Amino acid sequence: MTKRRVTNAIIYVILSLLTVAFLYPLIFILINSFKGKFFISKDPFAIPSGDTFVGLSNYVNGLMKTGLLSAIGYSFFITIVSVALIILFTSMTAYYISRIKSKVTSVIYYMFTFSMIVPFQMVMFTMTSLADKFHLRNPLGMCFLYLGFGAGLSVFMFAGFVKSIPLEIEEAAMIDGCNPLQNFFRVVFPILKPTAITVAILNAMWIWNDFLLPYLVIGVSTKYKTIPVVVQMLVGSNGNKDMGALMAMLVLAIIPIIIFYLFCQKYIIEGVVAGAVKG
Amino acid sequence: MKKKLLSALLSVAMVSALLVGCGDKAATEAPAADDAATEAPAEETAAAEEATGTGKVYYLNFKPEVDEAWQEIAAAYTEATGVEVKVVTAASGTYEEVLKTEIAQSEPVTLFQINGPVGYQNWKDYCKDLKDTELYNALSDKSLAVTGDDGGVYGIPYTVETYGIIYNNAIMEKYFATADAKAASVDEINNFDTLKAVVEDMTAKKDELGIQGVFASTSLLPGEDWRWQTHLANIPVYYEYKDKGVSDLADLEFTYSDNFKNIFDLYINNSTCAPTLLGSKSVTDSMAEFALGECALVQNGNWGWGQIADVEGNVVNADDVKFMPIYTGVAGEENQGLCTGTENFWCINSQASAEDQKASEDFVNWMISSDEGKNYMVNTLGNAAPFTTFGDDEKPSDPLAKEMYRFMEGGKTSVSWNFTTFPSQAFKDDFGAALLEYCNGNMTWDDVKNTVVTRWAEEKAALAQ
Amino acid sequence: MQKTLKKYFVIFTVPTLLAFAFAFIIPFIQGLYLSFCEFTTVKNAKWVGLNNYVRAFTDNKDFLNALLLTACFTIVSILTINLFAFAIALLLTRKMKGTNLFRTVFFMPNLIGGIVLGYTWQQMINAVLLRYETTIVSNAKYGFIGLVILMNWQMIGYMMIIYIAGLQNVPTDLIEAAQIDGATPWQRLTKVTIPMVMPSITICMFLTLSNSFKLFDQNKALTDGAPMNKTELLALNIYRTYYARTGYEGVGQAKAVMFFVLVAVIALVQLRLTRSKEVDQ
Repeated sequence: MTKRRVTNAIIYVILSLLTVAFLYPLIFILINSFKGKFFISKDPFAIPSGDTFVGLSNYVNGLMKTGLLSAIGYSFFITIVSVALIILFTSMTAYYISRIKSKVTSVIYYMFTFSMIVPFQMVMFTMTSLADKFHLRNPLGMCFLYLGFGAGLSVFMFAGFVKSIPLEIEEAAMIDGCNPLQNFFRVVFPILKPTAITVAILNAMWIWNDFLLPYLVIGVSTKYKTIPVVVQMLVGSNGNKDMGALMAMLVLAIIPIIIFYLFCQKYIIEGVVAGAVKG
Repeated sequence: MKKKLLSALLSVAMVSALLVGCGDKAATEAPAADDAATEAPAEETAAAEEATGTGKVYYLNFKPEVDEAWQEIAAAYTEATGVEVKVVTAASGTYEEVLKTEIAQSEPVTLFQINGPVGYQNWKDYCKDLKDTELYNALSDKSLAVTGDDGGVYGIPYTVETYGIIYNNAIMEKYFATADAKAASVDEINNFDTLKAVVEDMTAKKDELGIQGVFASTSLLPGEDWRWQTHLANIPVYYEYKDKGVSDLADLEFTYSDNFKNIFDLYINNSTCAPTLLGSKSVTDSMAEFALGECALVQNGNWGWGQIADVEGNVVNADDVKFMPIYTGVAGEENQGLCTGTENFWCINSQASAEDQKASEDFVNWMISSDEGKNYMVNTLGNAAPFTTFGDDEKPSDPLAKEMYRFMEGGKTSVSWNFTTFPSQAFKDDFGAALLEYCNGNMTWDDVKNTVVTRWAEEKAALAQ
Repeated sequence: MQKTLKKYFVIFTVPTLLAFAFAFIIPFIQGLYLSFCEFTTVKNAKWVGLNNYVRAFTDNKDFLNALLLTACFTIVSILTINLFAFAIALLLTRKMKGTNLFRTVFFMPNLIGGIVLGYTWQQMINAVLLRYETTIVSNAKYGFIGLVILMNWQMIGYMMIIYIAGLQNVPTDLIEAAQIDGATPWQRLTKVTIPMVMPSITICMFLTLSNSFKLFDQNKALTDGAPMNKTELLALNIYRTYYARTGYEGVGQAKAVMFFVLVAVIALVQLRLTRSKEVDQ
């Protein structure tokens, strides 16, 4: 089987090269985040040393300038709360509209499905002005909007799963005297868990990284900026562009995602596959 | 393991759901309460006023370089009067974009700025008539204000500025001392031909002079190109208006395009970096090069002093920072001075609540009449304020401002700011992008000229609609 | 049971529906209406009929250019991403040691948001181009290629995961049978494996299609359309029509409606195709 060994070795070499290619951009910004700002544009590939090494000063500078720390806080808050709201309310809605068959529920179902294909640009302006009118330009308001905007995909995925749950299980619970709410949380929701995880992961990835909605709704004037908005503003405010700080902030923006990924890799990958197949 | 993680994740989700359950209700209830208010907008504003008691000021600042100064002023004003002042700064090139999202919302911008008559056309629905304000009364030259067709006064300039070519006198002196120098002093450089000869000779001797290039890099990063598509472009437009005896044109012929090319080529070919790299350079980069002594000349205005002085490792002596006019090869330019004017007009949002409008008026009055405000105006912001409330000793005293006054009193003809009539930001952006394409060799100069002429006509037509 | 559940309509559906109405239904209807109006805010809309739709094409060529560019970009990225992802998936399903580690690394970029990713790559590409004394905004080709590389970097891992899932479902005895029948590796791939993973291929095609077609964040961060809007994709063009200038709000909204119709058509075609495929099997 030496032939197989040789092929395997070649494959390993290819894969390792690809690994380097995939990691290089991240290593690149990491290296440059420790360089003085004038050296970044002069010699971008060099490893920082001596004069060019500035320790953590880019990080300190960047954090002072941008308020990235509070942005990380708001990003966490908005993501967690929105995902929780989405899981709770859309699973209930999906359950209801798949169990009750009527014209109203099927219209609702089709509206949710329909919303999945509408690009954000279509509602960008009108949604922003509506959000402003109803004082939703704050983290909780954002969560409310995310519940509405994430409802399409989430209801669709939950509904697909609810249909596969046999009615008998619930009927038994109802005979035991559960009201529909108790029935849902005690019997149905536990069965929905795998789908809930998928829905949670898909939504968390989207909300954490979303740029245009928070940029337009929360905007540049409030203090509730999320990570993508802060990064955009740091780069966008060219008047005082600081490459070192930019590199450092990019690193800080990426770290939480990587940690989250390394810990929940399995669920993320499974969730993404499930989401892709159903969506 | 899998199960544990799963349930942990899920319980976190559930707990947070419970925690925020009440928060969400508040959020969903708020809209319901609001429904009533929108039916009667008058009531809504009345309620808002009741809640705050006094008005608030929300100023959208135009200049990133003075953002920190404005934050300090806002805090000082709040401390002195108790009135809340919020200052937000738009990234360069995005002022109109930000203004657009911020002016129509429920807590709108109350104080903003327009760049002149064209800006007024875009924002006239929001500009309050300032005819009866102290701000207008104090304006020393009433013709400077932006007026509407109805005779109202809608924008008040708060500073007069100037730009030209800033030079580092130490390096220039060093050059004049070299063998076969093309001029003996800066005073001898009074037309384009001499300037060109000097600059090209300096490039040849750049190692001897210890510089990397004569001119700082011509920043053409999108959003950073205003020194060329606005300021430098003012000169050919100024001469064309002058020839035709007009103050605005629906169709620009760009008759002085070759003059623009003269100076622009000189900038990019005698610079600290290759023309093809200019697309990555920002204004900050250029000013840093000047401050670090890597170049001798940079085109910018008196507001640039802060950007020179603040650079770490700055090697330029304040006494060596001086202005010379921008020569482009126009006949009779020996007598041309700096480009002096204003594109900074304060406006008050007429759609903001009456309290907020009042608060904004009070705020700008404080800026031009109180000692503390005037001190900020002159010394922190470096504004040459065109108001009668400022005495002769209340002038900015940084080196470039001093140069501005020297030129004003020196008898040369100032070039007025005609770029306030440029049709739109889109026009300027396209002009800047065309210059970048020209530097990269993707466009010929004729293409650039065509772009300017067509885009001008298109955008002027769109404006007239 | 149905009857008791029915009474709970409010509790079960209203929170979602309310949010949905605010975030989607009302803005959508308003948006549709405003595309036929001239306006600066929702309140001062003036009906102008189809004027905005005409202006989207006649005022300047940017919209058409963006449409063409988006089409080119979408085709190129669908092809490259799926080819690479499928090839890597094949390599990773050979039951070799350590494949999980590779899988982890390749998937990671997918989690990083478009804005952060866009600026990371902008710095990278400019650093490379610095050697040739040029920058990403100096030539539209660089911006286009940069965007394709960026999309590949981000999407390959995602598609690879789906292909791996598909490949693992191909029954081994089928392949062994083909091997015994004397099929070459290439024949095995084209005659057995690919037909078997056709559903995955369809899914990946459409995922890359809709992601590339609707791309915004990466485009904004990497080049923001420079030079001269030559690297401006549709979504960015709409955004900039709207926010970067005054007097074009209606045109921007009309463009958004057309964009929506295009996306909807693509989605319907996808639905048809996947449905018919399912019947075939």
